[in-house]
Amino acid sequence: MAQHQVNYASAAGLPIALTSVDKLVNWGRSNSLWPLTYGLACCAIEMMAAGASRYDFDRMGTIFRASPRQADVMILAGTLSKKHSEFARRLYDQMTEPKWVISMGSCANTGGMFNTYATVQGVDRIVPVDIYLPGCAPRPETLQYALMMLQKKIRRESANMNNNTKQNLRLV
Amino acid sequence: MRKYTPKDNVQKKAYYTDRYWVAPRVPREAVEEGSHFAAVADAMKAFAKESYIEVGQLVIHIDPTENFEAIKTLKEQCGYTQCSEQSAVDYLAQDGEFELFYQFLNINEAKRVRIVCRIKEGEAIESIVPLFNSASFAEREMYDMFGIKVNNHPMLKRLIMPDDWEGHPLLKTYPLQGDEFASWYEVDKIFGKEYRDVIGPENRDPSRIERYDTKRFSRVGYEVPFDADISEGEKPNPIEYSETVLVDYNKDSGKQLEERR
Amino acid sequence: MQQPNKLTPFFENLNFERDDNTMVINFGPQHPSAHGQLRLILELDGEQVVKAHPDIGYLHRGVEKMAENMTYNEFLPTTDRLDYMAATSNNYAYALAVEKLLGIEAPRRAQAIRTMLLELNRIISHLFFIATHALDVGAMSVFLYAFREREYGMDLMEEYCGARLTHSAVRIGGVPLDLPKGWIENLISFCDKVDYEVKNTYEALLTENRIWKMRLEDVGVISAEDALNWGCTGPMLRGSGVKYDIRKEEPYELYEELDFDIPISDRCDSYGRYRLYMEEMYQSTRILRQLIPIYKESEPQLMAHAPQYLSAPKEEIMTQNYALMQHFVLVTQGMRPPKGEVYVPTESPKGELGFYIKSEGEPYAYRLKCRAPSFFHTGLLQELLVGTYIADVVTIIGTTNIVFGEVDR
Repeated sequence: MAQHQVNYASAAGLPIALTSVDKLVNWGRSNSLWPLTYGLACCAIEMMAAGASRYDFDRMGTIFRASPRQADVMILAGTLSKKHSEFARRLYDQMTEPKWVISMGSCANTGGMFNTYATVQGVDRIVPVDIYLPGCAPRPETLQYALMMLQKKIRRESANMNNNTKQNLRLV
Repeated sequence: MRKYTPKDNVQKKAYYTDRYWVAPRVPREAVEEGSHFAAVADAMKAFAKESYIEVGQLVIHIDPTENFEAIKTLKEQCGYTQCSEQSAVDYLAQDGEFELFYQFLNINEAKRVRIVCRIKEGEAIESIVPLFNSASFAEREMYDMFGIKVNNHPMLKRLIMPDDWEGHPLLKTYPLQGDEFASWYEVDKIFGKEYRDVIGPENRDPSRIERYDTKRFSRVGYEVPFDADISEGEKPNPIEYSETVLVDYNKDSGKQLEERR
Repeated sequence: MQQPNKLTPFFENLNFERDDNTMVINFGPQHPSAHGQLRLILELDGEQVVKAHPDIGYLHRGVEKMAENMTYNEFLPTTDRLDYMAATSNNYAYALAVEKLLGIEAPRRAQAIRTMLLELNRIISHLFFIATHALDVGAMSVFLYAFREREYGMDLMEEYCGARLTHSAVRIGGVPLDLPKGWIENLISFCDKVDYEVKNTYEALLTENRIWKMRLEDVGVISAEDALNWGCTGPMLRGSGVKYDIRKEEPYELYEELDFDIPISDRCDSYGRYRLYMEEMYQSTRILRQLIPIYKESEPQLMAHAPQYLSAPKEEIMTQNYALMQHFVLVTQGMRPPKGEVYVPTESPKGELGFYIKSEGEPYAYRLKCRAPSFFHTGLLQELLVGTYIADVVTIIGTTNIVFGEVDR
């Protein structure tokens, strides 16, 4: 293979090799998703309970990382207020590719029960979201199910992140 | 004619009010002789315009310009060493005043006293931070939420709302869902005014549904990109409720009316 | 000094230059210690903090304004989200405030159930406190052990009211549900477990631990007068030697009939407060055991009888016409309490949680102010953090047990 410069990033490479590489890369990415600790309000407690003894998160290879540079997934758990939205976007921008976002709880999905002046009505106004997780607060098992769905989604995608079209195209 | 909505109090009102119903009052008792509260009322005689006991706590109405001396007397002579809370109530619609209250606790006697005063809009009140440090945050919050300025406060800045917020949220004239400034705040702050059209206005309707909601839900696990067309050739069919809308005013309306006749 | 312009992103509205040799660092609104969204702007001289400025408001949801636009019963689930560690205590504080305004009292069985739920929530909240405090200080396995116990407690709450975290388990005038079958046996086994674990796991791991003691002793020292002045209540006050617990001094529910002690600590520092929290868990299990015979001997009435303000029980609504009409009016229009104002303090696991409700006779409250203990404890941080090392900052934030749902409302 040394004579050929196979550009795996484009479709001009050998298709068989590309799909194996795709599968391998996606397997690696999905089975060790490291979330960024982004617990905001009550859903943060359920997120911590999901990571604690009974509903262990670590068996899926997820470890909560504090630094955005080391994290893959941003789990926005809780109400995002307008004062905080700037920082949420900044942390999302600081995360390195590949990155995904799970919006956990009603407050993150759509503003929830807080239909007020100070709540962002849905985190997808700020960051592009991959999985929406309903509940108030959702059970830890729901969060694990959401993570498993995210894993399935990652395995379906191509390994080259530039080919994936994000769901919310208006925000990149 | 559109319905008259009063602008000085935009909070939700009861949809039905009985014209002849008079609300009862929470009972107020007079201060008994010889009790602890009698001693307090005595010490505060110079300041108290009115005092009574409501739900087991003494309430004293004072003049706002004397709040520092009154609270100092309460602290030093009557032993009320903790200021539990302070805030304001917006009565601008009815009287043009704010009603401020301070809640105090006496640790030794386990009794509580409330000091109430009324200030007009635009007036400032003296800070009690030299007496009780808990007022530093509480007065800042009062300023942030109501716009009531506090004199001699060490740091009178917005506490709970962002620093560049316009408007004081807990006033009765401020709508619950926020005014124009509030609804675009995060978009303007992060992306800039140009993105207002890209992101679109907030969805404040909790019961909004769209035509293809169920279809998208049934595709969980097999999603398509956001802007893909899933209508399968179906024409958009807006629901019309009124006959007059069926007339297309762009076309020659005379011809349409002819057809309908 | 960064000037705002459109070309480069402008991140801060503070300058980070060194002047007078102090460095300004931003302990941002999102940090790995589990306390929520506190932003501290610390000026450091080397490792010591010279000035601390807490910036809050990152979880402001407009709860007080919501109360002015919702009926009293509608607002109850919103109070859940204030102190989300122990949701029933906020529900109860609000329900008690409205009951005092209305002048009604809950029946005895409802009082027994409510007190049981309150003490259960106290244990759950204290377990969370020790979990996150230990996690911040560095003892990470205590987090897992404490969450194991907490899961049993949340199982109990789930059996009772269906929700693990945001309970809404009490109503204005009583409780909606009676205890399910087998709940009391589960409660007794939970109390035994907590007693055993607190003694043999948390205290055994931490109390005589050299590292724990070194990290916690003489950190976050606050004298009794300062604590009173800054508005500290609850364990912060009792940790400084002031003997004041609202359950004993201004009793509500069944606390007058129960036999329990109030732990206080003269140490005034974080270690004393830690011991206090552990002791309070023992006292809570003691209270829970005493409540079980009281519950068993009470009459099965769950809601107060106040037809003007409260709906009738479900059986009557389904069968009697007037009960149905009254229930309809109360649900759609809302109940109209008398005109007046009331401030009712209760002892939540964090401190004195009080609700000030001012009513004008309308079905919506005219003003509702929530006196949150964590709000004043955050104000206290301005003074408490000065002179400490930056490693102690995390310890102090943990020991003040701040929860941001309350601070920002």
